[in-house]
Amino acid sequence: MTEWTFGTVAAAVVMAAGALFNLLGCIGLVRLPDVYNRVQASTKCVTLGTLLLLTGVIILFGFGSMGVKALVCLWFVAMTSPTAAHAIGRAAHRSGIRLWEKSVCDEYAKDREGAVEAPAGSPPAEEVAR
Amino acid sequence: MFRVIATFVFAFLVYLAVTWSLDPASVLIGAAASLAAAVAMRPLELEVAPLLLLPHRLLFAVIYVPVLLWYVIRANLDVAYRVIHPKLPIRPGIVKARTTLKTAAARVLLANSITLTPGTLTVDLVGDALYIHRIAVPEKEPEAEMQRSIEHFEGFIRRILE
Repeated sequence: MTEWTFGTVAAAVVMAAGALFNLLGCIGLVRLPDVYNRVQASTKCVTLGTLLLLTGVIILFGFGSMGVKALVCLWFVAMTSPTAAHAIGRAAHRSGIRLWEKSVCDEYAKDREGAVEAPAGSPPAEEVAR
Repeated sequence: MFRVIATFVFAFLVYLAVTWSLDPASVLIGAAASLAAAVAMRPLELEVAPLLLLPHRLLFAVIYVPVLLWYVIRANLDVAYRVIHPKLPIRPGIVKARTTLKTAAARVLLANSITLTPGTLTVDLVGDALYIHRIAVPEKEPEAEMQRSIEHFEGFIRRILE
């Protein structure tokens, strides 16, 4: 059996928080209306969740062979995840996927007017997102 | 030449940390791979790397991490609240903001910082204009509000990278 020391309890708390954020990110992915909102929930709540899980690993194993790997993963996830989210959002907008119909403004489309228009008859964002 | 050597040393140290082994075969392969990576990376202009070696910039980089983390956690709780609220109180939209940062690396760090803070996603960066998708656009003065939070990040990033 695992001993209940300060380290294991702290690791358990951090990892539980990480799992909770991952869960919330997934709920957001299902509930939010369009690609842009979903990218936000799925990439970022999940980024924080994953960072917390990896932090838990570092607390549990210390800076040994396992902890250093976790630290390197932490750095890569923190750097690549926002970049990927941005790339998905930009690609979606440029390929003409519209914002949710109740969105309040779209300055990007206003400034890019005439650059790439959504092809006539393309499905609204809601359907594309699914 | 200096850049190739610096990249090699950095890549090799990361390799050693990840493999966590001093087995001669492993070290030899790591050295060869690091050298190949360093040579392959040569055409990339990394004008920021020498800047980061200055102690006061490194200090601000170290301070920036917990500051950013605090924003990330606070904003995550906000998004979590909106997601589990039965009425889903969101007000999405893309707003525009301007940055005064000049170098490419500083602008990328700003865009990534904004994206990491949930509720905001940098969709594109055109010149000094940032297009940011927000889950909840404020009712009053959305541009001014966004501009203020950007300026907060800019203060740090300027001290790190410019």
